[in-house]
Amino acid sequence: MQSVISNPALRLFSNTLYRKNNLFLFLLLTPPLLWFGVVYLGSLFALLWQSFYTFDDFSMAVTNDLTLANYRVLFDSTNLDIILRTLTMAVAVTVACACIGFPIAYYMTRYGSVREKGFFYIAVMLPMWASYIVKTYAWTVILSQEGILYFIFKNLGLTGALESLLQLPIIGGNTLATSQLGRFIVFTYIWLPFMILPIQAALERVPTNLLQASADLGARPAQTFRKILFPLVFPGVVAGSIFTFSLTLGDYIIPQLIGPSGLYIGTMVYTMQGSIGNMPLAAAFTVVPIILIFLYLALAKRAGAFNAL
Amino acid sequence: MRFKSKSQSEKSPIWLKTLAYSGLVFLHFPIVFILINAFVAHDGNSTYFTLKWFSATLARDDVISAVLLSLKVATAATFLALIMGTMAAAALYRRNFFGKEAITTMLILPIALPGIITGIALLSAMSMLNIEPGFWTIVVSHATFCVVMIYNNVVARFRRMPHSLVEASMDLGADGSTTFRRIILPQLATALLAGGLLAFALSFDELIVTIFTAGHEVTLPIWLLNQLARPRDAAITNVVAMMVMLITALPIIAAYYLTRGTETIAGSSK
Repeated sequence: MQSVISNPALRLFSNTLYRKNNLFLFLLLTPPLLWFGVVYLGSLFALLWQSFYTFDDFSMAVTNDLTLANYRVLFDSTNLDIILRTLTMAVAVTVACACIGFPIAYYMTRYGSVREKGFFYIAVMLPMWASYIVKTYAWTVILSQEGILYFIFKNLGLTGALESLLQLPIIGGNTLATSQLGRFIVFTYIWLPFMILPIQAALERVPTNLLQASADLGARPAQTFRKILFPLVFPGVVAGSIFTFSLTLGDYIIPQLIGPSGLYIGTMVYTMQGSIGNMPLAAAFTVVPIILIFLYLALAKRAGAFNAL
Repeated sequence: MRFKSKSQSEKSPIWLKTLAYSGLVFLHFPIVFILINAFVAHDGNSTYFTLKWFSATLARDDVISAVLLSLKVATAATFLALIMGTMAAAALYRRNFFGKEAITTMLILPIALPGIITGIALLSAMSMLNIEPGFWTIVVSHATFCVVMIYNNVVARFRRMPHSLVEASMDLGADGSTTFRRIILPQLATALLAGGLLAFALSFDELIVTIFTAGHEVTLPIWLLNQLARPRDAAITNVVAMMVMLITALPIIAAYYLTRGTETIAGSSK
Protein backbone atom coordinates (compact mmCIF):
# COMPACT_ATOMS: atom_id res chain seq x y z
CA MET A 1 0.00 0.00 0.00
CA GLN A 2 2.39 2.63 -1.21
CA SER A 3 -0.16 5.42 -1.26
CA VAL A 4 -0.98 5.10 2.41
CA ILE A 5 2.50 6.03 3.53
CA SER A 6 3.07 9.73 3.56
CA ASN A 7 6.43 11.41 3.19
CA PRO A 8 8.88 10.82 6.04
CA ALA A 9 8.93 14.33 7.43
CA LEU A 10 5.16 14.48 7.67
CA ARG A 11 5.13 11.00 9.14
CA LEU A 12 7.62 11.97 11.82
CA PHE A 13 5.71 15.15 12.57
CA SER A 14 2.29 13.53 12.86
CA ASN A 15 3.59 10.61 14.91
CA THR A 16 5.31 12.98 17.31
CA LEU A 17 2.00 14.76 17.72
CA TYR A 18 0.24 11.47 18.41
CA ARG A 19 2.75 10.51 21.10
CA LYS A 20 3.25 13.92 22.69
CA ASN A 21 -0.32 14.52 23.71
CA ASN A 22 0.30 17.79 25.48
CA LEU A 23 2.27 19.28 22.61
CA PHE A 24 -0.55 18.34 20.26
CA LEU A 25 -3.12 19.88 22.58
CA PHE A 26 -1.06 23.03 22.82
CA LEU A 27 -0.74 23.34 19.03
CA LEU A 28 -4.45 22.71 18.53
CA LEU A 29 -5.55 25.21 21.13
CA THR A 30 -3.19 28.05 20.33
CA PRO A 31 -4.96 29.55 17.27
CA PRO A 32 -8.51 29.55 18.71
CA LEU A 33 -7.23 30.75 22.08
CA LEU A 34 -5.24 33.54 20.48
CA TRP A 35 -8.26 34.57 18.44
CA PHE A 36 -10.70 34.51 21.34
CA GLY A 37 -8.30 35.71 23.98
CA VAL A 38 -6.89 38.59 21.96
CA VAL A 39 -9.57 39.62 19.50
CA TYR A 40 -12.69 38.90 21.52
CA LEU A 41 -11.79 39.22 25.19
CA GLY A 42 -9.35 41.99 24.28
CA SER A 43 -12.21 43.92 22.71
CA LEU A 44 -14.46 43.34 25.70
CA PHE A 45 -11.76 44.70 27.98
CA ALA A 46 -11.20 47.66 25.65
CA LEU A 47 -14.92 48.37 25.95
CA LEU A 48 -14.85 48.05 29.73
CA TRP A 49 -11.79 50.29 29.92
CA GLN A 50 -13.46 53.00 27.82
CA SER A 51 -16.42 53.05 30.18
CA PHE A 52 -14.10 54.80 32.67
CA TYR A 53 -13.08 57.53 30.24
CA THR A 54 -14.39 61.06 30.60
CA PHE A 55 -16.84 62.59 28.13
CA ASP A 56 -16.89 66.37 28.10
CA ASP A 57 -20.47 67.57 27.50
CA PHE A 58 -19.36 70.96 26.19
CA SER A 59 -16.62 70.02 23.78
CA MET A 60 -18.33 66.65 22.98
CA ALA A 61 -14.90 65.03 23.18
CA VAL A 62 -13.65 61.96 24.99
CA THR A 63 -10.54 62.29 27.18
CA ASN A 64 -8.49 59.56 28.79
CA ASP A 65 -9.04 60.76 32.36
CA LEU A 66 -10.50 57.88 34.34
CA THR A 67 -13.76 58.50 36.16
CA LEU A 68 -16.74 56.67 37.63
CA ALA A 69 -19.13 59.39 36.46
CA ASN A 70 -20.56 57.24 33.65
CA TYR A 71 -21.67 54.62 36.13
CA ARG A 72 -23.17 57.28 38.39
CA VAL A 73 -25.21 58.55 35.42
CA LEU A 74 -26.72 55.08 35.01
CA PHE A 75 -28.66 55.67 38.23
CA ASP A 76 -30.35 58.84 36.97
CA SER A 77 -34.10 58.39 36.91
CA THR A 78 -34.32 58.61 33.09
CA ASN A 79 -31.68 55.92 32.69
CA LEU A 80 -33.25 53.73 35.36
CA ASP A 81 -36.50 54.09 33.40
CA ILE A 82 -34.75 52.85 30.27
CA ILE A 83 -33.36 49.84 32.12
CA LEU A 84 -36.70 49.04 33.74
CA ARG A 85 -38.58 49.43 30.44
CA THR A 86 -36.21 47.03 28.69
CA LEU A 87 -36.32 44.55 31.55
CA THR A 88 -40.15 44.56 31.60
CA MET A 89 -40.27 43.90 27.88
CA ALA A 90 -37.72 41.09 28.16
CA VAL A 91 -39.72 39.39 30.91
CA ALA A 92 -43.04 39.85 29.08
CA VAL A 93 -41.59 38.45 25.85
CA THR A 94 -40.07 35.49 27.70
CA VAL A 95 -43.38 34.60 29.37
CA ALA A 96 -45.29 34.95 26.09
CA CYS A 97 -42.77 32.78 24.22
CA ALA A 98 -43.03 30.08 26.89
CA CYS A 99 -46.85 30.11 26.76
CA ILE A 100 -46.99 29.93 22.95
CA GLY A 101 -44.01 27.64 22.59
CA PHE A 102 -44.96 24.98 25.10
CA PRO A 103 -48.05 23.60 23.28
CA ILE A 104 -46.13 23.47 20.00
CA ALA A 105 -43.20 21.61 21.55
CA TYR A 106 -45.53 19.36 23.51
CA TYR A 107 -47.64 18.42 20.53
CA MET A 108 -44.68 17.64 18.28
CA THR A 109 -42.94 15.50 20.92
CA ARG A 110 -45.89 13.55 22.34
CA TYR A 111 -48.26 13.17 19.45
CA GLY A 112 -46.38 13.85 16.27
CA SER A 113 -45.67 10.87 14.03
CA VAL A 114 -42.09 10.60 12.77
CA ARG A 115 -42.98 12.54 9.65
CA GLU A 116 -45.02 15.15 11.49
CA LYS A 117 -42.17 15.63 13.94
CA GLY A 118 -39.70 16.23 11.12
CA PHE A 119 -42.14 18.64 9.56
CA PHE A 120 -42.52 20.57 12.81
CA TYR A 121 -38.78 20.58 13.30
CA ILE A 122 -38.11 22.20 9.96
CA ALA A 123 -41.14 24.46 10.35
CA VAL A 124 -39.68 25.83 13.59
CA MET A 125 -36.10 25.97 12.37
CA LEU A 126 -36.77 27.86 9.13
CA PRO A 127 -38.34 30.94 10.77
CA MET A 128 -35.63 30.83 13.42
CA TRP A 129 -32.89 31.05 10.84
CA ALA A 130 -34.71 33.29 8.39
CA SER A 131 -33.12 36.69 8.15
CA TYR A 132 -33.78 38.85 11.20
CA ILE A 133 -34.07 42.06 9.22
CA VAL A 134 -36.42 40.49 6.66
CA LYS A 135 -38.75 39.26 9.42
CA THR A 136 -38.71 42.67 11.09
CA TYR A 137 -39.32 44.33 7.75
CA ALA A 138 -42.29 42.03 7.12
CA TRP A 139 -43.81 43.08 10.43
CA THR A 140 -43.39 46.79 9.77
CA VAL A 141 -45.47 46.25 6.63
CA ILE A 142 -47.99 43.95 8.33
CA LEU A 143 -48.58 46.30 11.27
CA SER A 144 -48.79 49.50 9.24
CA GLN A 145 -52.13 51.23 8.81
CA GLU A 146 -52.32 50.17 5.17
CA GLY A 147 -51.22 46.70 6.26
CA ILE A 148 -52.93 43.36 6.31
CA LEU A 149 -53.86 43.34 10.03
CA TYR A 150 -55.82 46.60 9.78
CA PHE A 151 -57.39 45.23 6.59
CA ILE A 152 -58.52 42.04 8.36
CA PHE A 153 -59.86 43.91 11.38
CA LYS A 154 -61.75 46.27 9.09
CA ASN A 155 -63.33 43.48 7.09
CA LEU A 156 -64.37 41.67 10.27
CA GLY A 157 -65.89 44.92 11.52
CA LEU A 158 -63.54 44.92 14.49
CA THR A 159 -61.79 48.24 13.84
CA GLY A 160 -63.54 49.66 16.92
CA ALA A 161 -62.22 46.87 19.12
CA LEU A 162 -58.68 47.40 17.82
CA GLU A 163 -58.94 51.14 18.41
CA SER A 164 -60.10 50.68 21.99
CA LEU A 165 -57.31 48.15 22.56
CA LEU A 166 -54.81 50.77 21.43
CA GLN A 167 -56.38 53.33 23.78
CA LEU A 168 -55.20 51.28 26.76
CA PRO A 169 -52.35 52.79 28.74
CA ILE A 170 -48.85 51.25 28.56
CA ILE A 171 -49.52 48.81 25.71
CA GLY A 172 -51.40 51.30 23.54
CA GLY A 173 -50.33 53.89 20.99
CA ASN A 174 -51.58 55.76 17.96
CA THR A 175 -51.35 52.78 15.64
CA LEU A 176 -50.31 49.14 15.98
CA ALA A 177 -46.90 49.93 14.51
CA THR A 178 -46.20 52.64 17.10
CA SER A 179 -47.59 50.83 20.17
CA GLN A 180 -45.82 48.78 22.80
CA LEU A 181 -48.25 46.01 21.84
CA GLY A 182 -46.89 45.97 18.30
CA ARG A 183 -43.30 45.88 19.54
CA PHE A 184 -44.18 43.09 21.96
CA ILE A 185 -45.74 41.03 19.14
CA VAL A 186 -42.67 41.43 16.95
CA PHE A 187 -40.23 40.54 19.75
CA THR A 188 -42.31 37.48 20.65
CA TYR A 189 -42.45 36.42 17.03
CA ILE A 190 -38.73 36.80 16.41
CA TRP A 191 -37.54 34.92 19.50
CA LEU A 192 -40.29 32.27 19.73
CA PRO A 193 -38.36 29.48 17.92
CA PHE A 194 -35.48 29.88 20.39
CA MET A 195 -37.92 28.86 23.12
CA ILE A 196 -39.58 25.96 21.30
CA LEU A 197 -36.47 23.92 20.54
CA PRO A 198 -35.04 23.70 24.11
CA ILE A 199 -38.51 22.81 25.47
CA GLN A 200 -38.83 20.16 22.79
CA ALA A 201 -35.41 18.74 23.70
CA ALA A 202 -36.40 18.60 27.38
CA LEU A 203 -39.75 16.93 26.60
CA GLU A 204 -37.96 14.38 24.46
CA ARG A 205 -36.00 13.23 27.51
CA VAL A 206 -39.05 12.66 29.75
CA PRO A 207 -39.64 8.89 29.93
CA THR A 208 -43.18 8.12 28.84
CA ASN A 209 -43.62 5.45 31.49
CA LEU A 210 -43.43 8.09 34.23
CA LEU A 211 -46.53 9.67 32.78
CA GLN A 212 -48.19 6.27 32.42
CA ALA A 213 -47.37 5.45 36.03
CA SER A 214 -48.86 8.74 37.14
CA ALA A 215 -52.04 8.07 35.19
CA ASP A 216 -52.23 4.47 36.45
CA LEU A 217 -51.95 5.69 40.02
CA GLY A 218 -55.03 7.77 39.45
CA ALA A 219 -53.73 11.22 38.66
CA ARG A 220 -55.86 13.32 36.40
CA PRO A 221 -54.09 14.69 33.28
CA ALA A 222 -53.90 18.15 34.84
CA GLN A 223 -52.28 16.68 37.94
CA THR A 224 -49.81 14.66 35.90
CA PHE A 225 -48.91 17.80 34.03
CA ARG A 226 -48.43 19.89 37.15
CA LYS A 227 -46.70 17.32 39.34
CA ILE A 228 -44.70 15.20 36.90
CA LEU A 229 -44.30 16.69 33.46
CA PHE A 230 -43.81 20.37 34.20
CA PRO A 231 -41.10 19.95 36.88
CA LEU A 232 -39.18 17.68 34.51
CA VAL A 233 -39.47 20.07 31.56
CA PHE A 234 -38.92 23.25 33.55
CA PRO A 235 -35.12 23.31 32.97
CA GLY A 236 -35.87 23.28 29.23
CA VAL A 237 -38.19 26.27 29.59
CA VAL A 238 -35.48 28.10 31.54
CA ALA A 239 -32.90 27.19 28.88
CA GLY A 240 -35.17 28.69 26.22
CA SER A 241 -35.79 31.75 28.34
CA ILE A 242 -32.06 32.48 28.42
CA PHE A 243 -32.26 33.16 24.68
CA THR A 244 -35.51 35.13 24.69
CA PHE A 245 -34.41 37.20 27.70
CA SER A 246 -30.89 37.96 26.55
CA LEU A 247 -31.82 38.63 22.93
CA THR A 248 -34.62 41.04 23.87
CA LEU A 249 -32.38 42.81 26.38
CA GLY A 250 -29.73 43.67 23.80
CA ASP A 251 -31.84 44.36 20.74
CA TYR A 252 -31.61 47.80 19.18
CA ILE A 253 -33.18 47.38 15.75
CA ILE A 254 -36.76 46.42 16.64
CA PRO A 255 -37.24 49.25 19.19
CA GLN A 256 -36.12 51.69 16.49
CA LEU A 257 -38.46 50.37 13.84
CA ILE A 258 -41.59 49.38 15.76
CA GLY A 259 -43.25 50.93 18.78
CA PRO A 260 -43.21 54.27 20.60
CA SER A 261 -40.14 56.47 20.88
CA GLY A 262 -38.94 55.66 24.44
CA LEU A 263 -35.34 54.41 24.47
CA TYR A 264 -34.28 50.85 25.27
CA ILE A 265 -30.88 49.74 26.56
CA GLY A 266 -29.84 48.77 23.05
CA THR A 267 -31.07 51.94 21.36
CA MET A 268 -29.50 54.01 24.15
CA VAL A 269 -26.11 52.37 23.56
CA TYR A 270 -26.50 52.81 19.82
CA THR A 271 -27.39 56.53 19.95
CA MET A 272 -24.76 57.26 22.59
CA GLN A 273 -22.08 55.63 20.48
CA GLY A 274 -23.32 56.72 17.05
CA SER A 275 -25.03 60.10 16.91
CA ILE A 276 -23.70 61.58 20.17
CA GLY A 277 -20.24 60.03 20.21
CA ASN A 278 -20.34 59.45 23.97
CA MET A 279 -18.55 56.12 23.84
CA PRO A 280 -17.80 56.04 27.60
CA LEU A 281 -21.48 56.21 28.55
CA ALA A 282 -22.38 53.72 25.81
CA ALA A 283 -19.74 51.37 27.22
CA ALA A 284 -21.04 51.82 30.77
CA PHE A 285 -24.54 51.06 29.51
CA THR A 286 -23.47 47.76 27.95
CA VAL A 287 -22.38 46.63 31.40
CA VAL A 288 -26.05 46.65 32.46
CA PRO A 289 -27.22 43.82 30.16
CA ILE A 290 -24.00 41.92 30.87
CA ILE A 291 -24.70 42.01 34.62
CA LEU A 292 -28.41 41.23 34.15
CA ILE A 293 -27.58 38.28 31.90
CA PHE A 294 -24.97 36.88 34.26
CA LEU A 295 -27.47 37.13 37.13
CA TYR A 296 -30.03 35.39 34.95
CA LEU A 297 -27.54 32.70 33.95
CA ALA A 298 -26.72 32.08 37.62
CA LEU A 299 -30.42 31.63 38.38
CA ALA A 300 -30.81 29.42 35.31
CA LYS A 301 -27.90 27.28 36.39
CA ARG A 302 -29.59 26.67 39.73
CA ALA A 303 -32.74 25.62 37.86
CA GLY A 304 -30.65 23.06 35.97
CA ALA A 305 -31.04 24.76 32.62
CA PHE A 306 -27.51 24.00 31.44
CA ASN A 307 -28.13 20.28 31.47
CA ALA A 308 -31.14 20.92 29.25
CA LEU A 309 -29.29 22.87 26.59
CA MET B 1 -56.38 12.58 27.86
CA ARG B 2 -54.11 9.70 28.76
CA PHE B 3 -50.47 9.28 28.12
CA LYS B 4 -49.50 6.13 26.28
CA SER B 5 -46.27 4.93 24.85
CA LYS B 6 -45.30 6.52 21.59
CA SER B 7 -45.36 3.29 19.63
CA GLN B 8 -49.10 2.88 20.11
CA SER B 9 -51.27 5.05 18.02
CA GLU B 10 -52.71 7.84 20.05
CA LYS B 11 -54.82 10.81 19.34
CA SER B 12 -54.05 14.23 20.64
CA PRO B 13 -56.76 16.40 22.11
CA ILE B 14 -58.06 18.61 19.35
CA TRP B 15 -57.38 21.85 21.24
CA LEU B 16 -53.72 20.98 21.55
CA LYS B 17 -53.42 20.19 17.87
CA THR B 18 -55.15 23.47 17.04
CA LEU B 19 -52.82 25.42 19.31
CA ALA B 20 -49.72 23.77 17.85
CA TYR B 21 -50.74 24.37 14.25
CA SER B 22 -51.84 27.96 14.97
CA GLY B 23 -48.37 28.48 16.42
CA LEU B 24 -46.86 27.30 13.15
CA VAL B 25 -49.16 29.62 11.21
CA PHE B 26 -48.01 32.52 13.39
CA LEU B 27 -44.38 31.59 12.71
CA HIS B 28 -44.86 31.41 8.97
CA PHE B 29 -47.35 34.01 7.90
CA PRO B 30 -44.87 36.94 7.82
CA ILE B 31 -42.57 34.81 5.69
CA VAL B 32 -45.35 33.80 3.32
CA PHE B 33 -46.39 37.43 3.24
CA ILE B 34 -42.91 38.44 2.03
CA LEU B 35 -42.86 35.68 -0.59
CA ILE B 36 -46.21 36.73 -2.02
CA ASN B 37 -45.38 40.44 -1.94
CA ALA B 38 -42.36 39.90 -4.15
CA PHE B 39 -44.65 38.85 -7.00
CA VAL B 40 -47.41 41.40 -6.61
CA ALA B 41 -47.81 44.69 -8.41
CA HIS B 42 -50.45 47.35 -7.88
CA ASP B 43 -51.63 49.28 -10.87
CA GLY B 44 -54.27 51.83 -10.08
CA ASN B 45 -56.98 49.71 -8.53
CA SER B 46 -55.96 46.33 -9.87
CA THR B 47 -53.52 43.97 -8.22
CA TYR B 48 -51.79 41.32 -10.27
CA PHE B 49 -48.93 38.85 -10.22
CA THR B 50 -45.78 39.80 -12.04
CA LEU B 51 -42.11 38.98 -12.43
CA LYS B 52 -41.13 42.49 -13.40
CA TRP B 53 -39.67 43.31 -9.96
CA PHE B 54 -37.10 40.58 -10.47
CA SER B 55 -35.60 42.10 -13.58
CA ALA B 56 -35.77 45.52 -11.91
CA THR B 57 -33.85 44.16 -8.93
CA LEU B 58 -31.19 42.45 -11.02
CA ALA B 59 -30.57 45.72 -12.82
CA ARG B 60 -29.69 47.48 -9.57
CA ASP B 61 -25.93 47.76 -9.00
CA ASP B 62 -26.30 48.48 -5.29
CA VAL B 63 -28.21 45.22 -4.79
CA ILE B 64 -25.67 43.17 -6.72
CA SER B 65 -22.68 44.61 -4.89
CA ALA B 66 -24.36 44.10 -1.50
CA VAL B 67 -25.10 40.46 -2.39
CA LEU B 68 -21.53 39.88 -3.56
CA LEU B 69 -20.06 41.49 -0.45
CA SER B 70 -22.25 39.35 1.83
CA LEU B 71 -21.30 36.20 -0.07
CA LYS B 72 -17.59 37.04 0.17
CA VAL B 73 -17.80 37.86 3.88
CA ALA B 74 -19.76 34.69 4.64
CA THR B 75 -17.29 32.53 2.70
CA ALA B 76 -14.23 34.00 4.40
CA ALA B 77 -15.80 33.90 7.88
CA THR B 78 -16.94 30.29 7.39
CA PHE B 79 -13.46 29.27 6.25
CA LEU B 80 -11.78 30.80 9.32
CA ALA B 81 -14.45 29.38 11.63
CA LEU B 82 -14.04 25.88 10.11
CA ILE B 83 -10.35 25.85 10.91
CA MET B 84 -10.61 27.23 14.43
CA GLY B 85 -13.80 25.39 15.36
CA THR B 86 -12.34 22.03 14.30
CA MET B 87 -9.09 22.67 16.16
CA ALA B 88 -10.95 23.62 19.31
CA ALA B 89 -13.23 20.57 19.02
CA ALA B 90 -10.28 18.21 18.47
CA ALA B 91 -8.51 19.65 21.50
CA LEU B 92 -11.45 19.62 23.87
CA TYR B 93 -13.53 16.51 23.14
CA ARG B 94 -11.49 13.86 24.98
CA ARG B 95 -9.12 15.61 27.29
CA ASN B 96 -9.87 17.08 30.67
CA PHE B 97 -7.59 19.79 31.87
CA PHE B 98 -7.57 22.92 33.95
CA GLY B 99 -9.38 25.78 32.25
CA LYS B 100 -11.36 23.64 29.83
CA GLU B 101 -14.70 24.95 31.09
CA ALA B 102 -13.43 28.51 30.71
CA ILE B 103 -12.45 27.84 27.10
CA THR B 104 -15.85 26.40 26.14
CA THR B 105 -17.57 29.31 27.86
CA MET B 106 -15.39 31.71 25.91
CA LEU B 107 -16.35 30.04 22.62
CA ILE B 108 -20.06 30.37 23.44
CA LEU B 109 -19.81 33.93 24.76
CA PRO B 110 -20.10 35.71 21.37
CA ILE B 111 -23.56 34.24 20.80
CA ALA B 112 -24.61 34.20 24.47
CA LEU B 113 -24.01 37.92 24.94
CA PRO B 114 -26.28 40.25 22.96
CA GLY B 115 -24.84 41.12 19.56
CA ILE B 116 -24.69 44.80 20.41
CA ILE B 117 -22.04 44.07 23.05
CA THR B 118 -19.86 42.07 20.68
CA GLY B 119 -20.30 44.75 18.04
CA ILE B 120 -19.52 47.77 20.18
CA ALA B 121 -16.62 45.95 21.88
CA LEU B 122 -14.95 45.22 18.55
CA LEU B 123 -15.61 48.79 17.43
CA SER B 124 -14.04 50.25 20.56
CA ALA B 125 -10.99 48.00 20.17
CA MET B 126 -10.70 49.05 16.52
CA SER B 127 -10.88 52.73 17.39
CA MET B 128 -8.26 52.30 20.12
CA LEU B 129 -5.91 50.60 17.65
CA ASN B 130 -6.79 52.99 14.82
CA ILE B 131 -8.00 50.17 12.58
CA GLU B 132 -10.18 51.39 9.74
CA PRO B 133 -13.42 49.32 9.56
CA GLY B 134 -13.91 47.47 6.29
CA PHE B 135 -14.13 44.04 4.69
CA TRP B 136 -11.69 42.31 7.04
CA THR B 137 -13.16 43.74 10.22
CA ILE B 138 -16.54 42.33 9.15
CA VAL B 139 -14.93 38.94 8.48
CA VAL B 140 -13.19 38.94 11.87
CA SER B 141 -16.36 39.82 13.74
CA HIS B 142 -18.39 37.17 11.88
CA ALA B 143 -15.78 34.44 12.32
CA THR B 144 -15.83 35.13 16.07
CA PHE B 145 -19.46 34.08 16.47
CA CYS B 146 -19.36 31.41 13.74
CA VAL B 147 -16.69 29.31 15.48
CA VAL B 148 -19.19 27.96 17.98
CA MET B 149 -21.45 26.60 15.19
CA ILE B 150 -18.59 24.51 13.82
CA TYR B 151 -17.37 23.59 17.29
CA ASN B 152 -20.80 22.30 18.40
CA ASN B 153 -21.25 20.13 15.33
CA VAL B 154 -17.74 18.74 15.21
CA VAL B 155 -17.42 18.08 18.94
CA ALA B 156 -20.69 16.12 18.88
CA ARG B 157 -19.35 14.01 16.02
CA PHE B 158 -15.99 13.45 17.73
CA ARG B 159 -17.78 12.21 20.85
CA ARG B 160 -19.75 9.65 18.83
CA MET B 161 -16.67 8.43 16.98
CA PRO B 162 -15.06 5.53 18.83
CA HIS B 163 -11.43 6.27 19.55
CA SER B 164 -10.64 2.62 18.84
CA LEU B 165 -10.93 3.46 15.13
CA VAL B 166 -7.93 5.72 15.45
CA GLU B 167 -6.03 3.17 17.52
CA ALA B 168 -6.82 0.40 15.04
CA SER B 169 -5.56 2.51 12.18
CA MET B 170 -2.32 3.28 13.99
CA ASP B 171 -1.89 -0.38 15.00
CA LEU B 172 -2.24 -1.43 11.38
CA GLY B 173 0.69 0.78 10.48
CA ALA B 174 -0.85 4.01 9.31
CA ASP B 175 0.86 7.10 10.59
CA GLY B 176 -0.86 10.11 12.16
CA SER B 177 -1.44 12.06 8.99
CA THR B 178 -2.79 9.04 7.10
CA THR B 179 -5.11 8.26 9.98
CA PHE B 180 -6.30 11.84 9.89
CA ARG B 181 -6.95 11.78 6.14
CA ARG B 182 -8.38 8.27 5.87
CA ILE B 183 -10.20 7.77 9.17
CA ILE B 184 -10.93 11.01 11.00
CA LEU B 185 -11.71 13.34 8.13
CA PRO B 186 -14.30 11.06 6.45
CA GLN B 187 -16.01 10.63 9.82
CA LEU B 188 -16.15 14.38 10.31
CA ALA B 189 -17.13 15.28 6.76
CA THR B 190 -20.88 15.72 7.17
CA ALA B 191 -20.47 17.48 10.53
CA LEU B 192 -18.05 19.93 8.94
CA LEU B 193 -20.37 20.47 6.02
CA ALA B 194 -23.41 20.98 8.23
CA GLY B 195 -21.57 23.31 10.59
CA GLY B 196 -20.12 25.21 7.66
CA LEU B 197 -23.56 25.67 6.09
CA LEU B 198 -24.97 26.99 9.34
CA ALA B 199 -22.04 29.34 9.86
CA PHE B 200 -22.48 30.58 6.30
CA ALA B 201 -26.19 31.24 6.83
CA LEU B 202 -25.50 32.94 10.16
CA SER B 203 -22.89 35.23 8.66
CA PHE B 204 -24.88 36.01 5.52
CA ASP B 205 -27.78 37.28 7.64
CA GLU B 206 -25.94 39.07 10.40
CA LEU B 207 -26.90 42.65 11.07
CA ILE B 208 -26.54 43.52 14.76
CA VAL B 209 -22.75 43.09 14.98
CA THR B 210 -22.10 44.07 11.36
CA ILE B 211 -23.48 47.58 11.75
CA PHE B 212 -20.65 48.32 14.16
CA THR B 213 -17.82 46.63 12.27
CA ALA B 214 -18.76 47.44 8.66
CA GLY B 215 -17.70 51.08 8.47
CA HIS B 216 -18.89 52.29 5.07
CA GLU B 217 -19.29 48.82 3.57
CA VAL B 218 -22.88 47.81 2.81
CA THR B 219 -23.68 44.14 3.33
CA LEU B 220 -27.05 42.78 2.24
CA PRO B 221 -28.73 43.06 5.69
CA ILE B 222 -27.45 46.63 6.04
CA TRP B 223 -28.78 47.39 2.57
CA LEU B 224 -32.18 46.04 3.66
CA LEU B 225 -32.12 48.13 6.83
CA ASN B 226 -31.37 51.25 4.79
CA GLN B 227 -34.23 50.34 2.45
CA LEU B 228 -36.73 50.61 5.30
CA ALA B 229 -36.29 54.37 5.12
CA ARG B 230 -37.28 54.28 1.44
CA PRO B 231 -40.90 53.06 1.30
CA ARG B 232 -41.23 54.00 -2.38
CA ASP B 233 -38.64 51.40 -3.21
CA ALA B 234 -40.65 48.68 -1.46
CA ALA B 235 -41.07 46.48 -4.56
CA ILE B 236 -37.31 45.98 -4.87
CA THR B 237 -37.00 45.47 -1.10
CA ASN B 238 -39.58 42.68 -1.26
CA VAL B 239 -37.69 40.83 -3.97
CA VAL B 240 -34.37 41.11 -2.13
CA ALA B 241 -36.06 40.03 1.12
CA MET B 242 -37.34 36.92 -0.66
CA MET B 243 -33.90 36.16 -2.12
CA VAL B 244 -32.31 36.44 1.33
CA MET B 245 -34.90 34.01 2.71
CA LEU B 246 -34.11 31.47 0.01
CA ILE B 247 -30.32 31.81 0.27
CA THR B 248 -30.46 31.08 4.00
CA ALA B 249 -33.26 28.49 3.94
CA LEU B 250 -31.41 26.10 1.62
CA PRO B 251 -28.30 25.67 3.83
CA ILE B 252 -30.52 25.17 6.90
CA ILE B 253 -32.54 22.40 5.28
CA ALA B 254 -29.36 20.81 3.93
CA ALA B 255 -27.73 20.92 7.37
CA TYR B 256 -30.82 19.30 8.90
CA TYR B 257 -30.71 16.36 6.50
CA LEU B 258 -26.94 15.98 6.86
CA THR B 259 -27.09 15.55 10.63
CA ARG B 260 -30.50 13.90 10.99
CA GLY B 261 -30.42 10.76 13.11
CA THR B 262 -27.38 11.84 15.07
CA GLU B 263 -27.80 12.80 18.68
CA THR B 264 -27.59 16.50 18.08
CA ILE B 265 -29.19 18.09 15.09
CA ALA B 266 -27.37 20.99 13.56
CA GLY B 267 -29.06 24.31 13.90
CA SER B 268 -31.22 23.40 16.85
CA SER B 269 -29.53 26.15 18.78
CA LYS B 270 -28.39 29.23 17.01
